[in-house]
Amino acid sequence: MRIANTSLSRLAGFAAFATLAGCVGMSDQEASQKALEVMKASFNQRGQAGMDRLIQDDAQNLCSRPPTIELPKEVAARIEKTNHASIKYPADGKLMGDWRLGERIAQTGIGKQFSDDPKVPAGANCYACHQLSKAEISFGTIGPSLYNFGKLRGASEPIQRYTYGKIYNAQAFSACSNMPRFGHNGILTEQQMKDLTALLLDPNSPVNQ
Amino acid sequence: MIRVKFPIVTAVAALTFAMDAAAQSNTVDEIAKYRQQLQDGNPAELWEARGEGLWKQKRGPKNVSLEQCDLGKGAGVVKGAYAALPRHFADADRVMDLETRLVHCMVTLQGFTLADATRRPFGAGSNRADLEALTAYVTSESRGVTMNVALHHAKEKEAYRLGEKIFYFRAGPHDFACSTCHAEDGKRIRLQDLPNLTQKAGAQLGYTTWPAYRVSQGELRTFQWRLYDCFRQQRFPEMKYGSEASVALTTFLAYNANGAAFNAPSIKR
Repeated sequence: MRIANTSLSRLAGFAAFATLAGCVGMSDQEASQKALEVMKASFNQRGQAGMDRLIQDDAQNLCSRPPTIELPKEVAARIEKTNHASIKYPADGKLMGDWRLGERIAQTGIGKQFSDDPKVPAGANCYACHQLSKAEISFGTIGPSLYNFGKLRGASEPIQRYTYGKIYNAQAFSACSNMPRFGHNGILTEQQMKDLTALLLDPNSPVNQ
Repeated sequence: MIRVKFPIVTAVAALTFAMDAAAQSNTVDEIAKYRQQLQDGNPAELWEARGEGLWKQKRGPKNVSLEQCDLGKGAGVVKGAYAALPRHFADADRVMDLETRLVHCMVTLQGFTLADATRRPFGAGSNRADLEALTAYVTSESRGVTMNVALHHAKEKEAYRLGEKIFYFRAGPHDFACSTCHAEDGKRIRLQDLPNLTQKAGAQLGYTTWPAYRVSQGELRTFQWRLYDCFRQQRFPEMKYGSEASVALTTFLAYNANGAAFNAPSIKR
């Protein structure tokens, strides 16, 4: 699950944020370390949310930065490469599920919170950040509109692979994307990701009407 | 920026979006109207009144009131105290926000144990939380006062620095940080506007409107609760009430709100 490339961690040092450094004598790296210590003392395990959730992988570590400060190109490329390698496509080769189930998954926001029942499947909460169907006007704007996603792109094999892969691990295509890595981090099942791929690409899906 | 933009924007999509935008702006207008109507008669006043009673009442093993509690402007001074918090307190040698300071006074002045003072920080129905009422009262005494959080002491500077780090700290199964939702202008979750807390205007709007009476919960919620519930939705473990991380983050956000008039307890959906 975790990205093994620890050398990426070391790269974090050079990504020093000049605008943030300089006060109270801590280097940027020292401030990050101290902040992590403070956080470890400030949270309790509860329900399914264990303290291991405060341990960052390399992408999380490198992406803990203001979005206004550009990530060095080579660092971004390495994040994308490592994350791309993590994508597991379905063994049966089928990438499109049922868009009706996908719509339900897109509407549901529960899952992985300490207040959630871990036995209940998680949702993807796509509408929190994206426009999808025309009928649902309660959508967020953190991500781009996905209305007509399939109509604009078609549903060819490469587009299906891109769509499934993007849901599985958004950072394979866009380092430090705000979008959760639904397959990589075990939020959604393979079938759920197939259903979401269908929601985006099936010509009968409300996304493409 | 590294983010890959979706490359295809057609005239069809743009037109559809314009039509949707009209339907949506009606909805947003209606929500704004609803919020406006809520401003008349804020149930937060009930918490403020109960909090004032609790502040003046002799309580705890030592049977004294909180009227000698020093909130940073001298013992017993409540007026304007919240607008200058968090700050470093020499008697505890640490940075404290209001809620941490109230707990400190309940322990040192009134003789409560720390466990007793913090047993129920957030109320639920008939299980009311004294700390929410006390917080409502003290914050109401800063209404209209200009936010003026100072970073003089080394520990105040450190708290700000750590709070900033925590704000951008991405972790958990969803890779979320505070900054995922609160570091860009003009963003929404569903129809809920998200203040950009890294900019002055956004930090002022966000910070100065807490505590708030939450209509959806029928409870008054404090800034500690706001952080606690954001972290829950970030899929983090459970934030400890009054923890160092919570005070550091509050210092970062409160300082960023400096210069704005404090305007709470407010009312939110």
